[in-house]
Amino acid sequence: MSNAVSTAPGSAVGFKNSKQTEQRKAALAWLTIPALFFFLVFAVIPLAGVLILSFTSWDGIGAIGAAGLDNWFSVLADPGLYNALGLTFLIMIVSWLVQTPISLLLGVFTAGSQRYRAALAVLYFLPLLLSSAAVAIAFKALLDPNFGLATGLGLPFLAQDWLGVPHLALGLVIFVIAWQFVPFHTLIYQGGVRQIPKSLYEAAQIDGAGTIKQFFHITLPQLKYTIITSSTLMVVGSLTYFDLIFVLTGGGPGNSTRILALDMYLRGFRANLMGPASVIAVILVIIGLALALFLQRLGGKDKQGSQLEGL
Amino acid sequence: MKQPQTSRRSFLALAALTPFAVAATSACGTSGPGASSGNGGASMWFLSGEPNQTNMQKAVDAFNQANPDNKIAVTFFQNDAYKTKIKTAIGANQAPTIIYNWGGGTLKTYAEANQVEDLTSWLDSEPDLKKKFFPSTFSAATVNGKIYALPNMYVGPIVLFYNKELFQKAGVQPPKTWDDVMSLVKTFNGMGVAPFSLGGQSRWTSMMWLEYLLDRIGGPDVFKAIFAGKPNAWMDPAVIETGTKIQELVSADGFIKGFSSITADSNADQALLYTGKAAMMLHGSWTYGPMKKDGKNFVQDGKLGFVQFPSIPGGKGDPKNGVGNPANYQSISAKASDKEKESAKKFLKDGIMTDAMIDAYINSGSVPIVNGIENKLNTSPDKDFLNFVYDLAKNAPSFQQSWDQALSPTAAEALLNNIDQLFLKSITPQQFAENMNGTLGK
Repeated sequence: MSNAVSTAPGSAVGFKNSKQTEQRKAALAWLTIPALFFFLVFAVIPLAGVLILSFTSWDGIGAIGAAGLDNWFSVLADPGLYNALGLTFLIMIVSWLVQTPISLLLGVFTAGSQRYRAALAVLYFLPLLLSSAAVAIAFKALLDPNFGLATGLGLPFLAQDWLGVPHLALGLVIFVIAWQFVPFHTLIYQGGVRQIPKSLYEAAQIDGAGTIKQFFHITLPQLKYTIITSSTLMVVGSLTYFDLIFVLTGGGPGNSTRILALDMYLRGFRANLMGPASVIAVILVIIGLALALFLQRLGGKDKQGSQLEGL
Repeated sequence: MKQPQTSRRSFLALAALTPFAVAATSACGTSGPGASSGNGGASMWFLSGEPNQTNMQKAVDAFNQANPDNKIAVTFFQNDAYKTKIKTAIGANQAPTIIYNWGGGTLKTYAEANQVEDLTSWLDSEPDLKKKFFPSTFSAATVNGKIYALPNMYVGPIVLFYNKELFQKAGVQPPKTWDDVMSLVKTFNGMGVAPFSLGGQSRWTSMMWLEYLLDRIGGPDVFKAIFAGKPNAWMDPAVIETGTKIQELVSADGFIKGFSSITADSNADQALLYTGKAAMMLHGSWTYGPMKKDGKNFVQDGKLGFVQFPSIPGGKGDPKNGVGNPANYQSISAKASDKEKESAKKFLKDGIMTDAMIDAYINSGSVPIVNGIENKLNTSPDKDFLNFVYDLAKNAPSFQQSWDQALSPTAAEALLNNIDQLFLKSITPQQFAENMNGTLGK
């Protein structure tokens, strides 16, 4: 079987001279230096800078002054922070619940080899080509309560004040995020499904399992790590949703779509409060790291283990 | 089977990709138009949108032709985006040579951080230039007794526009008092027309309502106390009454459906007025030009009416008081080179308020802030509107600068956020006053 052949080189590693392997590893370590350099300059140093700024008062223009823990106390006592945190998690959870099943099913569907599926896949992937700002501007124009699609086509059920009523605006933001990101996750699942060996399905067919049984007993378990990868991207990515919401609603109406990343921006660059904005940035980093670690753990200790054992 | 290489492989992939990502981002950083235009010219940022964009481009082109050694490179930005971009650029020492602004609190933060040039002595050496402009326009450009910006363009009072056709159809007159406003709201809602157009997502548009209401109810001194940062200035009963009146109007469906998702940057609020979907609009006089240009023949056929904001029975403010922008301003970046500063000064003196520009502003329905234009205004096809604006600005016992420009950026952002919530009725007028009171002195 072809799969058995492709796994052979990996199992050969154990027979190699251990000294040789050590030397190879040392040589490879040098190759990481450029990446480490950029990681240091563009991730670690700015991160340290933000941490320092969170203990200062600065309007972004004048001189920087020390502020001790003032920013932290004022931000942590601000109900705006908890509103933003709640909204961030709400959008994260609902987005995951909406996007995962849709992209999983679309991924399975587009993984098929039929021609029409390939043609449909191209259509599904179109939103992937558009920038968030363009998507937001287009939706804003379509949903304009007075000049939008509903008025143009005379569709009364569409004629809601989508972006002007707090709960509708929040729902719409989740919808547009899904519209924009489902294609990306579909692509991930499509790749994942194509990796599943055909032999599994052939064996199931011989045993008399139908399409639905095959999906739940082969496809879904085989996609375990794909689901974890896609979920990590969704969850950590939802912490940084910014451009789309910024253009679509600007955090409004009121504060009903003012998520953490947007709150940070508005505080820093609109209200000229770089200190409190940095506090929020630090909070964002902590939450992001915690979530990423949690999702890694979710994969279990045998994460590096193969799903193809026995094949 | 184990796959120990997985993590290292992806790490190496990252190593290979990172330099590209970095190159992409750093390219964005250096290509900013803040960089000088080379050979001693100056750079300038200005607002996009017609007719001003074309007028300014023409002025720059004419100046560049006459002054090949002092060329000005101009870049245009959308209003709301510009307000953030310019602050960030100044903070990062990437500001253009000529900094367009609205004077007031924002200019004060620039001046106190030594980011803009003190123009006092230059203006003393150019008395003709200083005398050219309405004297009142210099107050919003003055910080601690020094002038940091040169006024330019036109005076922009907030006025109440109305659609004459709809008023005729309804058989009603434009409002003179708050009671008139509330009864007109009923009339127009009954006709299926929105009483007031409003681009509420931009928030400063909603603020214009508060500016006038507070002035009419409590007089100009209430905001002066707020501006001076006096303790509990926001807790004035006039503030609470202003908020109450706003929420009354919102509850009576005074504003067009969906106002909180309409932005002023797209001029959708103006379109609602000239397409007859809304009967009235409280907006800056600067919207006259765009409405004349975009509204087919709405303005030309005399369908656009305009009056002063109505009075409030028992209110302390003079109904002749105005609010809005006394002028727009240009400052010169203190970080620019001497040659750039020289080019910028030359442009501000000879290039920006030329006779051609003054005529262009008048032709687009604006009142330039220069003395001795009465004759030009009277011979313009828009003379009714121009004289209305001119008289409003000239005869107003008090002309309050727009709050979001007068206050510090920190207080202004809190103000706009709270105004948004006030219009949505998610906070009470009392909470509004309390929230704002916490921003005094910030």
